[in-house]
Amino acid sequence: MKKCTEMIVTSVREIALDIFEMSLANEYIATAAVPGQFLHLFVDGHTLRRPISIAEVARDKGTITILFKRIGDGTKRLASLEAGMSVSAIGPAGNGFTYKTSMSSALLVGGGIGIPPLYCLGKELRHSGIHVKAILGFQTENQVFYEEKFQELGKTYIVTDDGSYGYQGLVTDVLDQSGKFDHYFSCGPIPMLQSVINKLGDQSGTISLEERLGCGIGACFACVIPSDTEGGYRKICSDGPVFAANEVVL
Amino acid sequence: MTQLCVELPGLNLKNPVMPASGCFGFGREYSEFYDLKKLGAVIMKAATGDARYGNKTPRVAETPSGMLNAIGLQNPGAEKIIANEVPFLAKYNVPVIANVAGSTADEYVKVALAFNNAEAVKALELNISCPNVTEGGIQFGTDPDMAADVTEKVKAVSHLPVYVKLSPNISDIVGMAKAVEAAGADGLSMINTITGMQINLTGREPLLANQTGGMSGRALKPIAIRMIYEARQYVSIPIIGMGGISTAEDVLEFLLAGANAVAVGTANFQNPNACPDIIENLPYVLQQYGFTSVTDAVGKGHRR
Repeated sequence: MKKCTEMIVTSVREIALDIFEMSLANEYIATAAVPGQFLHLFVDGHTLRRPISIAEVARDKGTITILFKRIGDGTKRLASLEAGMSVSAIGPAGNGFTYKTSMSSALLVGGGIGIPPLYCLGKELRHSGIHVKAILGFQTENQVFYEEKFQELGKTYIVTDDGSYGYQGLVTDVLDQSGKFDHYFSCGPIPMLQSVINKLGDQSGTISLEERLGCGIGACFACVIPSDTEGGYRKICSDGPVFAANEVVL
Repeated sequence: MTQLCVELPGLNLKNPVMPASGCFGFGREYSEFYDLKKLGAVIMKAATGDARYGNKTPRVAETPSGMLNAIGLQNPGAEKIIANEVPFLAKYNVPVIANVAGSTADEYVKVALAFNNAEAVKALELNISCPNVTEGGIQFGTDPDMAADVTEKVKAVSHLPVYVKLSPNISDIVGMAKAVEAAGADGLSMINTITGMQINLTGREPLLANQTGGMSGRALKPIAIRMIYEARQYVSIPIIGMGGISTAEDVLEFLLAGANAVAVGTANFQNPNACPDIIENLPYVLQQYGFTSVTDAVGKGHRR
């Protein structure tokens, strides 16, 4: 069950250009959160909360780590918070990744600020004895983050749009090199997800979506996405943000 | 002891605070945060004759002290709402107000008729002010003759009190209020959102897929207060006031302007506990400003 509660900032640092890593303490959320869920954070002076994916859960410490990109006034304000300050969060919100623990290997494909929830998932998969490979796409070298953390989980391919670091091109350009896997998980911009789904065809996969949210809990119908399921739509914030790759129409 | 209860046509409210239509779905999501029986009433998301999918996304954009939305009346249709949603709300023993929308007068009538058979529904809110659909909605709300006509038609078939929800996208709010009162409206609901637009600098196009959206939130409050204050001087039917309410002080301001009860919309997104928080604070705020009851404060902002 999600709650609206206060979280205490324990650390904030810029780990790549405009990419911030923030740790927040709250016993309840740290206990309840699973990979793929998000925090809906109140930002002082703003009408709408900001949905930010969970990048790491430290149950023993009672903390959650989030990564976000400083892109507008809201995230700028969020990045200015300091250790010891409190922030109101609705969380853990949305549904996390589900998977068969019987699978032996998984491929993670992430783009930009869509990468953080895949790290949270990758750690959990490794913990369950599932092999993990990752393809991570960034715009350019100074925006690359979490490369070493992913390398600890398994073979990791870094791709940049401009070729300034790792492979040049798109995440889909290195899909062929990644070998076989049982299931893929992908999060990033919609065009990237479309290419990944197209390229991987019939492979079973799971995607996580981003959208502008209103309430963040399923009441306002701001974040719907067309679907073939009954009703013709799904709500990203409360039915998702995680969906089977063939469940929604991108 | 400060009295919070309010008696309005069809509505026996234990307090004057209810969530506004469209900002609360059908209550299920917020019931995870608090017991809905704390509310004065619940105004459901708009119902149309048939299911509607609504507009393309993005459907929301943040603005200074507010937001724009263009959901487009997405809903499963009146029959499904009555079958699946009203029974859920009925469990909380709280008066339910059904928001009725349509593209034609016939559709409004059809939806109003359907709610005659929903026991927990105690009143209708006639939505003639949705700015986000291409047909109907606000067309009825910007022409006093059309507004009066649809009000009369719905009144003729419904056994429930009808609160007509007025649009701020007009120059003569008093004329509109008088027209629907004369047509038999039991009350007014004011105000709906005001039409706005935001252009994305990078994309060089309107941010919302619908291009325009309805602006809500705190920025709307002075407009709502002014319109209620003006309407109050010319109509005698009760007014449910709304537009940027997020605190108990805001509620008192609406009461002083002439509202008899209030609805809270966008504030629910910022704080899911906005309604119960406001209800809890209201007695202290009333007391602080010298009132012993909600009804005592209604219209007291008008010079004698």
